[in-house]
Amino acid sequence: MHFFLEVLIGGLLAGVMYSLVALGFVLIYKASGVFNFAQGAMVFFAALTYVGLLEKTGLPPWIVFALTLGVMVLLGIAIERVVLRPLVNQPQITLFMATIGLAFFIEGLAQIIWGTDVRRLDLGLQDEPIESVLTRFDIMVSKFDLVAAAAAGVLVAVLAVFFNVTRIGRALRAVADDHQAALAVGIPLKQIWAIVWSVAGFVALVAGLLWGARNGVQFALTFVALKALPVLILGGFESVLGAIVGGLIIGASEKLAEVYLGPLIGGGIEGWFAYVLALLFLLVRPEGLFGERHIDRV
Amino acid sequence: MLYRESGQFKTTYAADQQLFPIVQDRVAILALLAVAAVGVPLVATDYWFTAILIPFLVFSLAALGLNILTGYAGQLSLGTAAFMAVGAIAAYNFQLRIPGIPILVSFVLGGVSAAMVGVLFGLPSLRIKGFYLAVATLAAQFFVPWLVVKVGWFSNYSASGVITAQPVVIAGVAFDTPVRKYLLVLAIVAVLALAAKNLVRSRIGRAWMAVRDMDVAASVIGIRIMRTKLIAFAVSSFYCGVAGALYAFAYLGSVEPDGFNLDLSFRILFMIIIGGVGSIMGSFLGAAFITLLPTFLDVVLTDGAIALGLNLPSGMTSMAQLVVFGALIIFFLIVEPLGLARLWQIGKEKLRLWPFPH
Amino acid sequence: MTEHAHNPGRRIGDTLLSVDNISLAFGGVKALTDISFDVRAHEIRAIIGPNGAGKSSMLNCINGVYRPQQGSITFDGQRFDRMDPHRAARMGIARTFQNIALFKGMSVLDNMMTGRNLKMRTPLLLQALYVGPNRREEIEHRRKVEHIIDFLQIESVRKTPVGRLPYGVQKRVELGRALAAEPRLLLLDEPMAGMNLEEKQDMCRFILDVNDEFGTTIVLIEHDMGVVMDISDRVVVLDYGRKIGDGTPDEVRGNQAVIDAYLGVAH
Repeated sequence: MHFFLEVLIGGLLAGVMYSLVALGFVLIYKASGVFNFAQGAMVFFAALTYVGLLEKTGLPPWIVFALTLGVMVLLGIAIERVVLRPLVNQPQITLFMATIGLAFFIEGLAQIIWGTDVRRLDLGLQDEPIESVLTRFDIMVSKFDLVAAAAAGVLVAVLAVFFNVTRIGRALRAVADDHQAALAVGIPLKQIWAIVWSVAGFVALVAGLLWGARNGVQFALTFVALKALPVLILGGFESVLGAIVGGLIIGASEKLAEVYLGPLIGGGIEGWFAYVLALLFLLVRPEGLFGERHIDRV
Repeated sequence: MLYRESGQFKTTYAADQQLFPIVQDRVAILALLAVAAVGVPLVATDYWFTAILIPFLVFSLAALGLNILTGYAGQLSLGTAAFMAVGAIAAYNFQLRIPGIPILVSFVLGGVSAAMVGVLFGLPSLRIKGFYLAVATLAAQFFVPWLVVKVGWFSNYSASGVITAQPVVIAGVAFDTPVRKYLLVLAIVAVLALAAKNLVRSRIGRAWMAVRDMDVAASVIGIRIMRTKLIAFAVSSFYCGVAGALYAFAYLGSVEPDGFNLDLSFRILFMIIIGGVGSIMGSFLGAAFITLLPTFLDVVLTDGAIALGLNLPSGMTSMAQLVVFGALIIFFLIVEPLGLARLWQIGKEKLRLWPFPH
Repeated sequence: MTEHAHNPGRRIGDTLLSVDNISLAFGGVKALTDISFDVRAHEIRAIIGPNGAGKSSMLNCINGVYRPQQGSITFDGQRFDRMDPHRAARMGIARTFQNIALFKGMSVLDNMMTGRNLKMRTPLLLQALYVGPNRREEIEHRRKVEHIIDFLQIESVRKTPVGRLPYGVQKRVELGRALAAEPRLLLLDEPMAGMNLEEKQDMCRFILDVNDEFGTTIVLIEHDMGVVMDISDRVVVLDYGRKIGDGTPDEVRGNQAVIDAYLGVAH
C-alpha cells in the first residue's frame, strides 16, 4: 500500500508537469482555435534561452528570467504576425500543420543559436524526499516535485483570475467564442492574439525551467511536450481545469501502468501508454472530461 | 505552341474520361517513364541510385499513401512511419517463415498487413476529426516500434529488433545491384501510382473527397462515412506498407524499428504539404524536393562556409534543415496551399497559351 | 408566375411519407413538438414558418441527420422510429441544404457523380485498374449525369471546381447532385434563398419540371410566400416547433393561427 501511494503521488506530481505544458495549448486553442503543435518547441526554446543567457551574461537569475520572458513575448508576437495572421479563416487542419512547421523552425533555431549540448539547469531546488513526510508517513515525496506543483497551482490560479475577472480576459473569452462577433463589437482581435501568444510563451518558460531543471535542457523536452496531447484529449481542448486534471490522470496512470503493468508486458510502456489511454478515452467521450459537446447544425 | 489542346475534340465520354485527356500529356508521361527506365540507368552512377533515386521513389510511394488519406480523404495522420514499419517487418517475416514465397507476394502481404493495422488505428476516426485523429495516429507511431522491439519474434530475435532484409530474387533474377534495385522500385511505384490515379477518379475517390469536403452532405447522399474513411486508411496504409517493405529491401537493406520514428512521419507529411495535398503528381514533386533538399543544403552550407572562411559547428546542417523545413512548410501553407503541384499546373496553363499571352 | 403553372391534371398518389408525433429536443431546447403530417406521392409539399420554427430540423429528422426522441417516420410503407441518413438515401430520399453543402474541392461533374454513388457497384480492385466493368460503369453513369447537366443548363461549367461558381449556380448544382440519385422524395431546404427574381423563376421552373417529368415527390422549405402559394399542392405551417396549420395554400392563407404567427399577435 505504501509503495502504491508512493507511485501514485510521484505520478501525480509528474502529471503536474504535463498539465503545465497542456495549459499553454489550452490558452492558445481557446483564444484562436489553433492547436499549437509548437508549444513543446516553445518550452524547449524558453529553457534553452534561459540557460544560454545565464551562461553567457552571468547576470542574476531573475534578470535573466525577465530577459527570457521578453524574448518569449517577442517570439509570441512574431508568430502571431508572420504565421497566424496570414492564415486566418483557414481550416483548423491547415493551422495545425503550420504549427508543425513552426515547431521545426523553433527547434532548429534554438539549437543554431545555443548549440546542441545537453545543459544542466539548477534552480536551487533539490530533487530529494521531504524529511518530515518520510519519517511520519514513510512515503517519499520529492521536494522538487512539490515546489513544481505549487508553481503550477499558482500559475493556474493567476490565469483563472486573469480570464474571469479582467477586461482582457473577458475579451479573450469573447474571441474564443466567435471571432467575427468579437471583432464586430470592437475587440482588437490582433492585440488579443498577441497577448495570448505572449502568455503562452510565459507558461512555456515556466514549464521549460521546471522540466529542464529535472531532466536537463535538451532536445528530448519536445517529446515530453508531445505528452500534452493525450492530456488534452482527456481534459478537453478548451478547459484550463481539464488540462490540470488530465495532466494528473495521465501522470498517475502512466506511472502506475509502468510499475504494475510494465513487468507483465516487457516494460518501457511509458512511451505510448498515454496515447493508447487517450485513444480508448476518445472512443467513450470524444469531447473530453470538461470539453463542450458541439451540435452540428445543418 | 507545342502544348496546345485545340483541335483535340472529345466525341465520347470514354475519350473525355481518359487518364490523360490531352495528347501531349500522354506522350510526356510515356517519355518520362522511358527516360526513367532506359535513359537514367545509362548515365546515373551507383551513388545516384542508392542515395537519391531509390529513396526518392520509396518516399514518393509513402507520400502517395499519406496523400490518399490526408489529401483525398481529409484524415490527418502522424503515423505514416509506423505503417511503413509494419509493411517492412511483415514482408521480412513472410519471407522468413514461408519457404519459397515469391518476394513480390511478400511485399503485397506486407502492404496488406499494414492496411489491417491502419484500419485498427483508423477506427477512432468514427468519432473524431482533425487533430484529435492526429493524436490517435501518434498512438500508432509510438506503439508499433515499441511492440516490434519488445516482441523478439518479429525480428527473429535479433539485437534491438534490427531486421536484415533477405536478398531480392524474382524469377531467378537477383536484384542485387543498385541499378536493378532501382528498376524494381521504379516498376512497383509506377504501377501503384497508376492504380492510385485510377482510384481517385473512380467512385471511391469521389467518396473520399466528399467525406473530406463535407461529411454531412456525403452521408445524406448515401456515402457510408465510416466505411469510406476505413477504406482510405486501408489503401493508404497499404501504400505505406509497400513503401516500408521497399525501404527495407531495396533501399537500406537492414532497418531498426526505431528508424521508423516520428521524424520520418513528419518528413513524409512535409512532402505532401510542399508537393501538393490531394495530388498524385504532388506526392512525387514533394518527395523529390524533400529528398534533395538536405543534400542541397549540405553543399550550400559547406561550400558557403569554406568560401567565407567560416568554421561551421558540426550538426549545423541538420539544424539548418529543421529551420528550412519549418519555414518552407509555413511558406507553402500561406502562399500556395496546394503546393508544387499547383505551380506545375499553373505552368502548364501558361504553356497552353504560349507564346501568346492571352 | 401563374397559379399552378404546372400540369394541374397530374395524378397525386397515395401517401408516400408520413411523419407521426415527432418530438426533437437539443438538451433542454425543444426544436419540434409532436409534429405529424403526410406527403403523398407526386405532390409538392411546402413547410413554412417563421425563423426558428423548426423547419430544417423537420427535414433533418426525415432523412435521419437528427434523431428525434419520439415519434416515427413511415416511408413507402416502412415504419422507422429513427431513420439514418444512409438508409434514407438507399430508399430514395435526397435533399439539398439551406447553406449550400457542396463538395468544394470537386468539379461540378464529380459533385454530381457522387449522387450516383449508391448505384455503382464495381469493387475496389477493379476501380484501381479502371478497366472493363468499372470503365463501363463510370461512362454509363457519366451519361446519366450529363442528362441532368443538360436539364439544369450548366454544361459550360461541368469541369469547374464548385467553389469558384457564383451562388445561384451552386444552388443549381446542389439540386443536380440530389437529382443524380434519381430520388423518389426530394427534400429542398430553401432552394431559392438569396436569389434574385430571375434566378428564382429558373429554380421554380426546375422544381416544377422535376416534379412533372420525373414524377418526383417534393418537400420544400421556402420563405417566399408567393413561390410557396404558387407551386405547392399542400402546405404545413410550423411555429415554435409546433404545427399550427396544414392544408392547401388557400386554406392555410385563411387560417387565423397562421396569420397570427406571421403578423404577430398581442398575447
